[in-house]
Amino acid sequence: MGEKILYAFISVFLTINYGFLLNGLIRKIYARVGRRHGIPFYQMYIDLLKSLALRTNIRHGVMFYLGPVFRFTGGIGLFLFMPVIFGSELFANFSFSGDLLLLLSFQFFGTLGMALGASESGHPNSAIGVTRGLAQMTAVEVPFVMALMAIAVQYQSISLHEIVAAQQGGITNWTLFTNPLAVVAGMLAVLGSFMRPPFDVVLAPQEIPIGPPTEYHSNYMVYLQSNRAIYPLAKSILIMNLFFGGATSFGEMMLKTFLVIMWSVFVGVSFPRFRVEQSIRWFLGIPLIIGVLAIVYVQFFLN
Amino acid sequence: MSLEDLYRKTTISPDGEEFEINPIEDYFCTDKPEEVKPVQNILEKFYNWARSESIWILGFGTGCGAIEMRPLMTPRFDAYRYGIQWRPTPRQANLLIISGYLSTKTLKRVIRVYEQMQNPKYVMALGSCTINGGMYFDSYNTIKRLDYYLPVDVYVAGCMPRPEALLAGVVKLKTLIKTGMAEGANDYANRFDWYKTNQKAVILNWDMPDYNW
Repeated sequence: MGEKILYAFISVFLTINYGFLLNGLIRKIYARVGRRHGIPFYQMYIDLLKSLALRTNIRHGVMFYLGPVFRFTGGIGLFLFMPVIFGSELFANFSFSGDLLLLLSFQFFGTLGMALGASESGHPNSAIGVTRGLAQMTAVEVPFVMALMAIAVQYQSISLHEIVAAQQGGITNWTLFTNPLAVVAGMLAVLGSFMRPPFDVVLAPQEIPIGPPTEYHSNYMVYLQSNRAIYPLAKSILIMNLFFGGATSFGEMMLKTFLVIMWSVFVGVSFPRFRVEQSIRWFLGIPLIIGVLAIVYVQFFLN
Repeated sequence: MSLEDLYRKTTISPDGEEFEINPIEDYFCTDKPEEVKPVQNILEKFYNWARSESIWILGFGTGCGAIEMRPLMTPRFDAYRYGIQWRPTPRQANLLIISGYLSTKTLKRVIRVYEQMQNPKYVMALGSCTINGGMYFDSYNTIKRLDYYLPVDVYVAGCMPRPEALLAGVVKLKTLIKTGMAEGANDYANRFDWYKTNQKAVILNWDMPDYNW
């Protein structure tokens, strides 16, 4: 068990650094698409240092402290209960037989934590900011769970390890080819949880100061930024395990997660933002229909 | 919020119980800002380097110079190269750019915003009107010298200064931060009473707490 904990620390450390550099690279790509030179790719590290170096900070109570901690726990938890690299003891983490259900709840954990923290911050608009976030998150989950159900039925398992194992032995064994409808539904739904356009209005990154992180600064900000490095990466590792055959080496994991994240970047630079009610309507439209079709397909044609 | 909202008042709760509210004490923190003296060691130098390389600007256009800030985000000037980013909230921002003239009405908001920023924080004053009033030298409702009201780190002169001048100002601010000379927040804490007297002399309807945390 002690070994496992050490391995978990190592894999979290490696992955979080990969996440920071990946985020820097993505910002560089965004800049180049906009014909800008862009911010240095290592800027995330300097921002973290700067946030740590603030001399004063504001306290609002216990829940205000716990908000970013819950958020970070959501990201780390999502990462730690997944087999990151198939067959590797170092990157097996704490995955167990029913991990798929646990992962679903971890996706919500961070947002709920922020809801509690932001409401304690006393910001008059935090309630509406958090409500918008939770509403969109719920709409994202519906088609995503449909895709997940289809896969669980297809492989007769809710263990991520078994799902990855079933996809080994050639590219044609990937869910992408055995159950393309579920993959399409899942990939469309997952766009909503990468916090990139067209679905990032809930975060209110620049122009609307009512996003949940409005009151957070200094050390709280460090937690939130670290989570922004690890959460999308954990999510893309989940996608990789479910749809694209998992990974057998760290290099393969890096390549596949990079491509999954590039999918959201590609959509992000191409399309303008949705308002919250528009994005909810969109998630409950085409992705949900495809998700239902995926379940029907698995139930009547595959088994 | 109006001045009446700050007065002591008696309210009846939904249960019918009467209780007294003193908004200044109950809703706001009444502590004054405190100086946080930097410890001069190698860690502080390292932190100063990080502070100078990651400047977060509060996206709050106060005067006509706000239009000069926008081109900085575009491909032509691209301030992101220098580690500059825009933040929507004073809590996370380090640099407040006073973009041009300040009417006394805006000054009130600027003070609230400045006080919500966390130490260390920097102020850049843009345009001649922040130095001596500029073309508004005889106006009845704009302030003439900004450093009576807020500690200013860098002035960028001109009417209006072009975005290049703004970038040059940021580069100057970076050298100030690196050498440990940009201590405006501590100056504000040290001379708090002087600043407050000046502020209250021009803001006649002072309907906010003395220090906005």
